[in-house]
Amino acid sequence: MARVEAITGNVAVAEAMRAVEPDVIGVYPITPQTIIVEAYAEYVAQGEVGTEFVAAESEHSAMSICVGAAAAGARTMTCTSSQGLALMWEELYIAAGLRLPIVMFDVNRSLSAPINIHCDHSDTMGARDSGWIQIFSENAQEAYDNFIQAVRIAEHPDVMLPVMVMMDGFVISHSIQRVELLDEDKVKKFVGEWKPDYPLLDADHPVTWGSFDGLGGFYFEYKKEQYDALQRAKDVSQEVAKEYAKLSGREYGLFEKYKMDDAEVAIVAAGSTAGTAKTVVDTYRQNGIKAGLIKIRLYRPFPAEEMVEALSGLKAAAVLDRSPGYDVLGGPIFQDIQSALYQSGTSVPLVNYIYGLGGRDVLVSHIEKAYEDILNVAKTGKVDKKVDYLGLKE
Amino acid sequence: MVATLKELAAKEDKLSPGHRLCAGCGASVVARMILNASTLPVVVASATGCMEVSTTIFPYTSWRSSFIHNAFENSGATMSGVEAAYRALKRKGKMKDEFNFVAFGGDGGTFDIGLQSLSGAFERGHRMLYVCYDNEAYMNTGIQRSGATPMGAWTTTSEVGKKQAGKIQHRKDLTGIMAAHGGYVAQASPSNWRDLVKKAEKAFAFDGPSFINVLAPCPRGWRFPSEQTIEFARLAVETCYWPLFEVEGGKYKINVKPKTKKPVTEWLKPQGRFKHLFKDVNADKLDELQKFVDDQWDRLLALESACRLD
Repeated sequence: MARVEAITGNVAVAEAMRAVEPDVIGVYPITPQTIIVEAYAEYVAQGEVGTEFVAAESEHSAMSICVGAAAAGARTMTCTSSQGLALMWEELYIAAGLRLPIVMFDVNRSLSAPINIHCDHSDTMGARDSGWIQIFSENAQEAYDNFIQAVRIAEHPDVMLPVMVMMDGFVISHSIQRVELLDEDKVKKFVGEWKPDYPLLDADHPVTWGSFDGLGGFYFEYKKEQYDALQRAKDVSQEVAKEYAKLSGREYGLFEKYKMDDAEVAIVAAGSTAGTAKTVVDTYRQNGIKAGLIKIRLYRPFPAEEMVEALSGLKAAAVLDRSPGYDVLGGPIFQDIQSALYQSGTSVPLVNYIYGLGGRDVLVSHIEKAYEDILNVAKTGKVDKKVDYLGLKE
Repeated sequence: MVATLKELAAKEDKLSPGHRLCAGCGASVVARMILNASTLPVVVASATGCMEVSTTIFPYTSWRSSFIHNAFENSGATMSGVEAAYRALKRKGKMKDEFNFVAFGGDGGTFDIGLQSLSGAFERGHRMLYVCYDNEAYMNTGIQRSGATPMGAWTTTSEVGKKQAGKIQHRKDLTGIMAAHGGYVAQASPSNWRDLVKKAEKAFAFDGPSFINVLAPCPRGWRFPSEQTIEFARLAVETCYWPLFEVEGGKYKINVKPKTKKPVTEWLKPQGRFKHLFKDVNADKLDELQKFVDDQWDRLLALESACRLD
């Protein structure tokens, strides 16, 4: 029987890890991810798991350990935040390039400088084109569910790529929520036993990993294959989600559409902000205003066609980015959506808001401001300011 | 029990012929000797560098053992992961094979960019042998100075000019740094093959981390004829520039004590990278290098006798 617990997002992730019980975890502590590491170290100390828990001396080494372990043939996991993910940068590309199905949890936190330990999505966004699959979670339940599904997506023979699952630092990682945990044996059955094709640890079939692609080699073709595999993750994630729904009763799409069927205006957001936005949508709906919400889930590969379809017909939309877009074109999610719309020839008046950086509280009034703005755009058909900020101190 | 030369010669090399390392490359000789000392199958890791680029040119491989190259600074961490996987899979009964684990890095990948990764692997106690093939500069990228380059040596980033005579600083005592970690630590040379193989055998028998720093003369970077590699390794030992010693359980033991310590100039002079030191204006540099070698040797003798006291 599934059990219901009141736990933090971090503990929910640790529970998911324990249920999967990977062969190797290579990890380094960093706020706000630390509690996941601590919880798992406790499971190890109590003899509850058979995982080889390697407490590395840096995140670069943590991911290097994961690369070595995964190539050796072990089911491998890690978790990090912020500067930790930034320090892994080189290894992220190698993990993806070597087609290693490593599963990582990234507890979203801002990037220095100035040093700030609180939530935004800068860390994840810096890795959005590293070749990893990226999945955002709104709350602790989703963090748990997504992390378990990530194992299946990563190891799927059509994919064979690393997956990064995210939740908001502190807002979700440290707040206690209701989480339904599955029976561990059911989780183990769901993920199945990992049988790698070319492990280093096979004395009868020695293999060479990480070959040098000399001039006139196959780097280009290899990268195309990697791209194709990443695109296939879109359908695979949906197959896995369907199967997971049978197990858990919880269904996950590429993204979540909240009251979008007849919506005239909508906000697109990722992470915990979607929760706040839903209550704002409900208020508008009570007042007869057709507001909706699209919550990002699968961020890489970006489900461009489906997103365009969901947005088409809207009179206006706002895209919320919890990371700074340093160029004039706006934040990363905004740029993805704008490109997707443009490529498909679909026109939806679009506004971008940068918000919540460095853990700035996201208030109902901020979300209302965004809706008010797009309701005005819907009325006038004019966008005054393409990229704006929410919640900036005056 | 150290294998005889005949026995070693009869073994199939785990690094096969046909690799594209330079003629006279010390690193390939070192790799073959080390790997031949293993009685178990081996998983090899290599840092980015000469050895990696010359032995794994896709779609070929020179490795008869499993091999992984990850990046430059992390062969210690990468092998930690492989060894952790081995432990986990063994414990879960998912694997039967037994392995030894050997990580290679050049001096750039070990003294400099990979030092933290190696230190972490050692502190965690992974059962692995890390071998530094020390050719005293970044040879793969075109002979740039490293923390292992000796004072006075010309490299492409420690130039010889009106105001500078090669590298300004002395080399780092990496073997000493590794000895401070514990485990089994040794320094070896391909000129003394029996000593080298014995050290590798000890490392493989040790249930924990081990490190062997092996001098790997580089004809290209040191500027000497490629058939003299072993001669240059031998001269380094005979001048006490490259002492052969090991540290076991914190105790130092010098394995080779030359009857007469040859002056370091005998090793320096035939190498093109030190040519400028033999101009009168740089006489003080030669004196300083000799003093560096003497101090290092005296310190080693003192460490050895201090270890005998208890």
